[in-house]
Amino acid sequence: MTDLMQGREVAPVSHDAGRSDDAAVRFEDVHKVFVTGDGTRVRALEGLNLSVARGEMLAIVGQTGCGKSTAFNLLLGLFGATSGTVTVHGMDPHRDFEALKGRIAVVFQDGRLLPWRTAEDNAALGLEYQGVRKAERTRIAREWLARLGLEGREKAYPFELSGGMRQRVGIARCFALNPDIILCDESFSALDELTAERLRGEFLRLVKNEGKTGVFITHSIEEALTVGDRVAVFRAPGHVAAEFTPEAALSESELSRMRKSVRDVMAGVESPGSA
Amino acid sequence: MSKLATGLARRGDEVWRQRVQRSARRLPPVEMVVAICVGLIVWTIVAARTEDYILPPITDVGSRIVELFTDADQRWDWLMTMFRIMLGLITSFVVGTALGLAMGRSRRLTNIFMPYLQITQGIPSLSWVMIAIIWFQTVEVRIWFLMVMVTLAGFAFQAQDSYRAIPAELKDMAKSLRPRRDRLDMFRTITLPAILPGMLTAWKVNLGLGTRVVLIAEFAGATIGVGYQLRLEQQFFRMDGVIAWTASLVIFVLIIQQVIAMIERRMLRYRPGAHMPQVSEATQEPLTAQPDARQVG
Repeated sequence: MTDLMQGREVAPVSHDAGRSDDAAVRFEDVHKVFVTGDGTRVRALEGLNLSVARGEMLAIVGQTGCGKSTAFNLLLGLFGATSGTVTVHGMDPHRDFEALKGRIAVVFQDGRLLPWRTAEDNAALGLEYQGVRKAERTRIAREWLARLGLEGREKAYPFELSGGMRQRVGIARCFALNPDIILCDESFSALDELTAERLRGEFLRLVKNEGKTGVFITHSIEEALTVGDRVAVFRAPGHVAAEFTPEAALSESELSRMRKSVRDVMAGVESPGSA
Repeated sequence: MSKLATGLARRGDEVWRQRVQRSARRLPPVEMVVAICVGLIVWTIVAARTEDYILPPITDVGSRIVELFTDADQRWDWLMTMFRIMLGLITSFVVGTALGLAMGRSRRLTNIFMPYLQITQGIPSLSWVMIAIIWFQTVEVRIWFLMVMVTLAGFAFQAQDSYRAIPAELKDMAKSLRPRRDRLDMFRTITLPAILPGMLTAWKVNLGLGTRVVLIAEFAGATIGVGYQLRLEQQFFRMDGVIAWTASLVIFVLIIQQVIAMIERRMLRYRPGAHMPQVSEATQEPLTAQPDARQVG
């Protein structure tokens, strides 16, 4: 373990800190191997240990192919781990897929709206899947669309909305479910800088106000440091190389050093003075 | 009072102007009207200079068309042909869509069914007519079999392609919301709307194909239907009858095409090109969110 990763300079969080009993999400020694069409075995995750406390926003940052998306999909329960355990509120998201209904929701990169549904119907999709009555789900969807500044655009189809508006509908769909855990997959990376900044701010305010737990995946160091209470830096093959707490940086120069440290860890560069 | 009257008059003018504009939009383009008029004039001139069995006068054809739709016996022929076309197409649509979706989901099923569908599609319609005549004694079964054989592959391939074109991201998104009735909900909200445009296209293509096939089948061996009537008219060299029966089929195809277009307009209004302006981020209302307190720096 390097000095950097022990974090004298950058105020890191030890893995044990996140392993308290009230952890909402936990990865314990998780390995995931994919077998490609030609029989090649690809190690996507290798000994991933990570946990997220209730009410915490964890940002995961890493280069392309470092296993972020695999960890994300494991958390969603879209497939199971090869070995190790993944738990969400103590349940296996893959095996106990049904039990976690309505407790996890995702804000995807591009909103991922169904093009044949209006903004209102897209926002109500999760509720519809949960069997909520039409009148009730429409009311909730409209309420969230209004909170996100889309009043009057309820009947618009995705092609009639700008990128930012589509993303707002995606956020409304997520919050309409009232989940405990919100996952974000590069949620604002497809937007222009100003829109992304504005929407990110609003999103974080909602997450905090509603007391949600969040896992925010991004490839942007700046975004990770802005969003996360804690930042986990992933390195291939899928493991946490270091963790940082941006709030511990008290000045711009400290933050700047942290930014550089994250970059170095991502790139696998040992910092000067490291062991 | 006079101001009020003037205002009302102006408003009335505006309403009237809008009505005229709307009506004008519904009218066919001038070029089209001119082209049709020229065609009819040429027809009249040629008909006046030739025998009726080559090209009869428009009036004779017109009265025969009216007769087809008003005479009960002849109407029965017309309706029978429509019924055969629709029965064949609906069967092919149901079976073909189910087969195509199954193939879209399973590579193994694709490997099993693909050769059969490709061979079926490669066999000419006329060969199917011969096969149907030899295999089946009942005329209705022959025609139904023929229709299914000729149009099934089109529906199946279209359903398979449309299913495979559904972005995996959308399926993942839906799955991440953990649908209560997993397969049914996914089919209802993702698969069905995603394959609809392709299936409507398949209907349009197969409608023309099916109409031709039924006509051939009726011509070859039926005792009722438009194809049978065409054979009779041809035997007696009654060109007005040939044109009138053909026109009845064209009218039928046009009506069904209009129905499909109507469904398209209603069901596919979510697609770009509906003449609705895109909204830019700049035109949005200012956000109500507080500035991000955790903004770095």
